[in-house]
Amino acid sequence: MRQFYDDCNPHQHSEMTQSIVVQVGQCGNQIGYRFWDLALREHAAVNKNGIYDESVGSFFRNVDSRYENASDIPFGQGQGKIKSLKARAVLVDMEEGVVSEMTKGPLREVFDFQQLITDVSGSGNNWAVGHKMYGTQYREKLSETIRRAAEFCDCLQCFFVLHSMGGGTGSGVGTSILNLLADEYPDVYRFVTAVYPSSEDDVVTSPYNSVLAMHELTEKADCVLPIENQALVDIVNKIGQSVPSAKLGKRVYNASGVKAGSAIIDGEGGLSKASDEKPFDSMNNIVANLLLNMTSSARFEGSLNVDLNEITMNLVPFPKLHYLVSSQTPLFSLSDVHLPPRRLDQMFSDAFSRDHQLIKADPKHSLYLACALMVRGNVEISDVRRNIERLKPNLKFIHWNNEGWKTGLCSVPPVGQNYSLLTLANNTCVHNTFVDLRDRFNRLYKRKAHIHHYTSVEGMEVDDFSSSIDSLNSLVEEYKGLERQMNNPTPPEPRLEIFK
Amino acid sequence: MSIITVQLGQCGNQIGGQLFHTFMEDVHSKPLATQVAPDKNEDYKDEVLSRFFYRGESREEMPRARAVMVDMEPKVIAQTYQEAKRSGTWCYSEKQHYCQQRGSGNNWAHGFCIHGPACQSTVMELIRREAEKCDNLGGFLSLMSLAGGTGSGVGAYVTRCLRDEFPHAFIMNQVVWPYKMGEVIVQNYNAVLTLSRLYHNVDAIIVMENDHLHKICQQLLSIKKISFKDINKVICHKLATMLQPCPLSKYTGDTCSNSIGEMLEHLVPHPDYKLLTVKNIPQMSAAAQEFSTYQWHGLLKHLRQMLISDAPMEEGIDWQVRVNSQGSHHNTSLANLLLLRGKESSSADTAPFSDSALYAPWIPPDAALMTGVQPRAFNHYEKSASLISNSQSPVTLMDSMVGKAWDMFSSRAYVHQYAKHGLTEDEFLDGFATLEQVIANYKHL
Repeated sequence: MRQFYDDCNPHQHSEMTQSIVVQVGQCGNQIGYRFWDLALREHAAVNKNGIYDESVGSFFRNVDSRYENASDIPFGQGQGKIKSLKARAVLVDMEEGVVSEMTKGPLREVFDFQQLITDVSGSGNNWAVGHKMYGTQYREKLSETIRRAAEFCDCLQCFFVLHSMGGGTGSGVGTSILNLLADEYPDVYRFVTAVYPSSEDDVVTSPYNSVLAMHELTEKADCVLPIENQALVDIVNKIGQSVPSAKLGKRVYNASGVKAGSAIIDGEGGLSKASDEKPFDSMNNIVANLLLNMTSSARFEGSLNVDLNEITMNLVPFPKLHYLVSSQTPLFSLSDVHLPPRRLDQMFSDAFSRDHQLIKADPKHSLYLACALMVRGNVEISDVRRNIERLKPNLKFIHWNNEGWKTGLCSVPPVGQNYSLLTLANNTCVHNTFVDLRDRFNRLYKRKAHIHHYTSVEGMEVDDFSSSIDSLNSLVEEYKGLERQMNNPTPPEPRLEIFK
Repeated sequence: MSIITVQLGQCGNQIGGQLFHTFMEDVHSKPLATQVAPDKNEDYKDEVLSRFFYRGESREEMPRARAVMVDMEPKVIAQTYQEAKRSGTWCYSEKQHYCQQRGSGNNWAHGFCIHGPACQSTVMELIRREAEKCDNLGGFLSLMSLAGGTGSGVGAYVTRCLRDEFPHAFIMNQVVWPYKMGEVIVQNYNAVLTLSRLYHNVDAIIVMENDHLHKICQQLLSIKKISFKDINKVICHKLATMLQPCPLSKYTGDTCSNSIGEMLEHLVPHPDYKLLTVKNIPQMSAAAQEFSTYQWHGLLKHLRQMLISDAPMEEGIDWQVRVNSQGSHHNTSLANLLLLRGKESSSADTAPFSDSALYAPWIPPDAALMTGVQPRAFNHYEKSASLISNSQSPVTLMDSMVGKAWDMFSSRAYVHQYAKHGLTEDEFLDGFATLEQVIANYKHL
């Protein structure tokens, strides 16, 4: 491989593309932290010789950290050993607590201190404070910091923005950053993992924050992966129930039959020790795995590669309808080698059961616009086709995309598993999630509750509320319009006729 | 006569690697399996090597594939290059590849409108370099899939550049039609856009359908867990049975070599009809080969029925389909090229393939069938026959593909993704119109 890259490499650049993770707010940073830990674990498992190769390079820089200003070791011939890896990450929070813990914890070497932006007082769960106030105040610093990270990339393909919707920083500053990225890097894809508040969310204003942020996501993101905490909790519980002696939210132990490190909630094998584990780590590991699985085919080889730009191309038929329902299987693999591995086909069935999804929506009763199957491990095209044939009759696809399946085959499985499957579905069921959100918004808004906290922020108008709710309404209508075609498809135009 | 292979995109590069491997495997057949004397075998070997490989000044050098590799992301080219080296019998030339980093995202417009022009001068330079190494350039074989963004989009663009630069060369594209379900969602759009462009620039398009190839793997080769590698081996087997040296009998009574030019001049009598398919018999796993002997009569009887009933393989043939029977339809041909290889190939009776009932009424009888006979066996098959046809065979699939693409286009789904890179709705419509014409032409044969 190396000799080949020599030939291909007159400028000694990496041949693969890079991605940058921008983690914003408390939730975004906690998820991000788990992502970096698991990414290191994954690369260490694949890259036994510690060579700084293309796939490590997609998320990490190789640096010589002896110096105060850690200098970037150029990719060169691609034969260099890993000296010290630095995450291609920008960490943003308007409070110090979370980021500061991360920079003292076991992963501290992984973060570049010049790529942290923090403030002190937080956003008070107020989108306007995050977006209008801090967004404006920090615009230049954000731009510079992101530019620095981007300049370390030979070929930047994608930004992953991680944040929650219900608070003030993640939601407000996060979407402000999204705007910045759209302005300054229009050709770089913007994928957002957004954690939506559940209906029992204890932040009263979370519906406001979420709807205001949605407007930005609809306009400026290329692709959004909505996540619901309730779905994550349910997955954690399901794993706990399958394995009697496991404790909720804690590591799953070998003795109980689950292979160490294999569970989708598990961080074992990463740099963090058991004693460092935080209460939401299991849930956040699920999201971290989502990002790893989604990018696996771009980073590792396989017989049917799927790059990130192919995900948006195939799954987004209309520009605003870019909200994808994700689900991952298996949740864990068994450690007892005498038990037969779970049948491959079971993995496909499970992927289409609601309890493996990262949001609670119900795709089976709605309309699929498109669906991607991102497979990792020892699985061939015939296995995928067999399962599509089997599962297809129970799924409703829009009439003009009856065979709307996108397949990716990556040879490298996740740590501790033989194979895995990530499904990304563009399904009209997401509009139900948005309708719930809208209803919660309206209950507050019609009483004008807390509005003054928002409008008192400079730059924030009442119009921002009305245009956001309008945007959400029109998004919901667009999904509904397509869903109406479930039983009543619009006939296509007649085909072109040839005259003899 | 030399052929330059242009490998485009992941599919094209994976097939290319396998193709040269297949040629070499055939060349290195066990002496007893060749069915000819050693000196005849040496002639065959020399011809294969000069057709597809370059050996430099000294013939001792490792043969280097006459190929140019193009992809918009690096992983596949790197793998293909390495696998060739590992074979120990051949390799790719240094620096005969072009790759970028970002991929085409399955977006034909990204391939055609953006990557195509960007890679044009470098890729054409690589092709020129390869052409200069040929004493007698017979033509170009481009390998690509229709479903993705690079093979299809960049492929269509590079093909046009090839035609512009080599207006008199023979250009043949082998295209892989994706499985009807499961690979790429926008595959029908990409296919319509590619085929319509290619039609204007190539001499012939050889169509390989993944669904058919899959059946061959499943039923003839009994492969349990079919991979793309298995599919590619079947494709390369078919291509090799067409391209490996085989003297042709012209209607004048002379023989000539099966250069691309000779084959295409026969197979494509009219520029409106450029679609070719390859049916071959027998096809079986290496293990089964050892125990099988066939008679030419049986092989050709099956092959003829495969043609008439448009069966993709020798199992599951519909024997009810007949020519000359009222009201029933059979797969009508414009031209057929029948290549026989191996033991007693010169004595096989090919007359049933000249039957004018197989052909469109306006085809002159002596222009319908051309045969080739190569006593040297192919790849351990004692006897093998391959039928390259210009017939109605691909039309059903094309019709269905255009229909689905049109349905999607009616709702304008995904069109914004193409518009982003400069492709207009009119260009879509042009593509549809071209293919509707091709479909109508073939249907009315």
